[in-house]
Amino acid sequence: MDITIKVKRFDPEVADPQPFWQDFTVEIDDKGTVLDALIKIREDNDGAFSLRCSCRSAICGSCAMRINGQAGLACKTQAATAIKDGVITVEPAGNMPVIKDLVVNFDGFWDKVMEIEPYLKPEGEEPEAEYIASNEAMLHLSSVTSCIMCGSCVSACTVMEVDPTFLGPAALAKAYRFTADPRDGDENGVSRSRLEELTKPSGMWDCTRCMECVTACPKGVAPMDRIMALRDQAMEAGFHNTNGARHTEAFSDSLEHSGWLDELRLVPKSVGMTNVSALIGYAPIAIQALTHGKMPPIIHKKIEKAENVKKIFDKVEPPKKRR
Amino acid sequence: MLEHDVLVIGAGLAGMRAAIAARAGGANTAIISKVHPVRSHSNAAQGGINAALTDRGDEWEDHAYDTVKGSDYLGDQDAIEVMCKAAGQALIDMEHFGVTFNRDDEGRLGTRAFGGQRRARTFFVGDFTGQALLHVMFEQLIKSGVRRYEEWFVSSLIIEDGQVCGVMALEVRTGQLYAIRAKTVIFCTGGFGRVFEPSTNALICTGDGTALAYNAGAELMDMEMVQYHPTTLAGSGVLISEAARGEGAYLLDKDGNRFMEKYAPNMMELASRDVVSRAEQTEINAGNGVDGCVYLDCRHLGESLIMEKLSQIREIGIDLVGVDMITDLIPIRPGMHYAMGGIRTNIDGQTNLPGVYAAGECACVSVHGGNRLGANSLLDTIVFGERSGNHAAEASRNADYVEFNVDQAVRNEEKRIQDLLDRPQNGDRIAAVRLGMGDSMNQNLAVYRNEEGMKETLVDLVDLEKRYETVPVDNKGKVFNTDLVFALELGFMLNCATPIAMSALDRKDSRGAQARTDYPDRDDENWMKHLVIKKGEVGPELTYAPVSITQWTPEERKY
Repeated sequence: MDITIKVKRFDPEVADPQPFWQDFTVEIDDKGTVLDALIKIREDNDGAFSLRCSCRSAICGSCAMRINGQAGLACKTQAATAIKDGVITVEPAGNMPVIKDLVVNFDGFWDKVMEIEPYLKPEGEEPEAEYIASNEAMLHLSSVTSCIMCGSCVSACTVMEVDPTFLGPAALAKAYRFTADPRDGDENGVSRSRLEELTKPSGMWDCTRCMECVTACPKGVAPMDRIMALRDQAMEAGFHNTNGARHTEAFSDSLEHSGWLDELRLVPKSVGMTNVSALIGYAPIAIQALTHGKMPPIIHKKIEKAENVKKIFDKVEPPKKRR
Repeated sequence: MLEHDVLVIGAGLAGMRAAIAARAGGANTAIISKVHPVRSHSNAAQGGINAALTDRGDEWEDHAYDTVKGSDYLGDQDAIEVMCKAAGQALIDMEHFGVTFNRDDEGRLGTRAFGGQRRARTFFVGDFTGQALLHVMFEQLIKSGVRRYEEWFVSSLIIEDGQVCGVMALEVRTGQLYAIRAKTVIFCTGGFGRVFEPSTNALICTGDGTALAYNAGAELMDMEMVQYHPTTLAGSGVLISEAARGEGAYLLDKDGNRFMEKYAPNMMELASRDVVSRAEQTEINAGNGVDGCVYLDCRHLGESLIMEKLSQIREIGIDLVGVDMITDLIPIRPGMHYAMGGIRTNIDGQTNLPGVYAAGECACVSVHGGNRLGANSLLDTIVFGERSGNHAAEASRNADYVEFNVDQAVRNEEKRIQDLLDRPQNGDRIAAVRLGMGDSMNQNLAVYRNEEGMKETLVDLVDLEKRYETVPVDNKGKVFNTDLVFALELGFMLNCATPIAMSALDRKDSRGAQARTDYPDRDDENWMKHLVIKKGEVGPELTYAPVSITQWTPEERKY
């Protein structure tokens, strides 16, 4: 079948380089992928068109890009299903600087992976044979180690778009791969120092749970779910002294006991009641809210039948397991 | 000046293992790779890694015997012994590094059955064992502090008076050429699968190291032994793991018969790969296939087993041919998969060129002989990668850098590349020449071969070499000029193609992956020997080398 692909291109070696769009029509197999079409362009139309690709089977992680605006692997996307209004639109992956055409600079991506010290750090003695571990534990880990570091999640991350210091979904999922590994950390498999590091600003608490990385991931790794699991692990390990942990606790505390959110107290409880400088920082917002009649009530009353909300909490997690 | 005691070329499993070992041995070590290490093709190994663990009642001798038999008695038994003895520790090392191997009910490493082996000794991570190993090896590489040149393309090997001096390399991102000095160089550049079309191999598997070493005077061995994997997907030729059959999948002809009972009544679908591929091709040729394929039937394995152990290949089937193996038959056929042959080395990775080593698929130790067993390739990379790294580190300790005229070397290479870029635009396109080569090889050097066909390919190759001299490079720029890289890779592939075809034509018997319709029998009297090919003054020179036999006398192979 003939398909038309609209490609966002960039040549850094011309005077005043600017991205530009170019249309190509190529013939591929009916079951061909977007990658097949891009390779065809490169081979038959323009050898100067650059992209990374290698395995053609969604395992090497080279061909992440945005197809019709959605991050994913070109080799895992059937061209026939990707045609929108007669055309497939292809752009380089987001949140990474473009080097040439569809080739982006992964330096920042890898720098973040390096930050999490990405190798197993057992604290105890190594056994002579293999570590004994349950198959379930290993299958669970394998659902994360199946990450191929393609960068689709980073491309889609809405936090990294506004805060380039955020560790991001790929590095955090990688970190979880270690914190959840029974072989990493102390004799109980708790990776305390990793968790402590990850609770710092730009770490696990900076995810806004937009789900974009879960949608983008071509391997079902669900990075956001791993970040949420990291938060649970950190709180379980006793790291409550962070904005994120306090926010989570204040949020659920308010809902559990009054049935609705106490917005007024959420901010001071999140940043810390004694954190005067941060609280002063919020003063302008408070004043604005006040002058616009949007100040939450000072006295936070329980809603009617608030005990039913509490019952939901109890049902989700028995009280004694909760802090 | 960039200089290193040990320079590893290629950052797949063998390369990274070699670099980690060399660094641990105290050498100033660097690794250079045309792609980022985690993009390497070791990723694509799906099924597992073999090892005989004595605490399971398995013995390395049994593994070695299966390997020797699988090789059709062409594998060197001394080297096979080294590999199989080292397997247990190599496996445990990988587990300690952090590989998330599937477990058995007691929490120990779990196994699955694999082809050509009498017991289940294949350790695995779902059906993405290679990827799991590769990423963990990269983690250890980071930890080791080895200098990494990522996305640097080695364009030539520098040799002065028979001594290795280093390499010329192109930093792909900038287009800048550099000379890198090295006391020792270890080639871990993988296979040359793209010489064939189609192939299960990734687009990067272009035999770069094999060609660089060959052009510098290294001996290549067993080049005729090219493995066709029994289960490659219709169309793209992407791999569907042997793990499917290891878990119990059937091969069916168009009428639903399990035809393997005719060819390997005991092992059935789990006979060695050469045997299964020949059976499939025979059935397809006899008209018992559909559109040049037979079927892989996984339906009876059940959804839960497939989701736990074969989920990645299920996805591949859905994505590439729109078939879900839980409910449907997968159309498959034999497809080019692996090079048993390569740069001839001893058990420490040393080649005939002083200071030049090779390990992994680009090397030929020879542990695979005429046919590699599934799940022995990951093992090969780790065992011989480590041994090469150790030996190179030791050798470089008392060695000096060999002097060479660096400026001259850089100028020569710059000119060579500029000449390539300056070619007129009127020659055949790179892809056309590559396809011409791939088609011809796949036509005449596939599962069944004969003299006429192979001669035809050798004639084709002469013509293709000529056409290669004028292929134009569209991209004249410096930054990420993949067009230039493809032109250089095509040259390397053509350098590999002729030795493959010449060796295959020379071997006048059928053994392992080489099945000749004009010489259908194995002839131990005349052909129980390795074919060694070397670049001579006027062209390739073929010689022979004996096969090492330690404890297993050649006998007829039955599965």
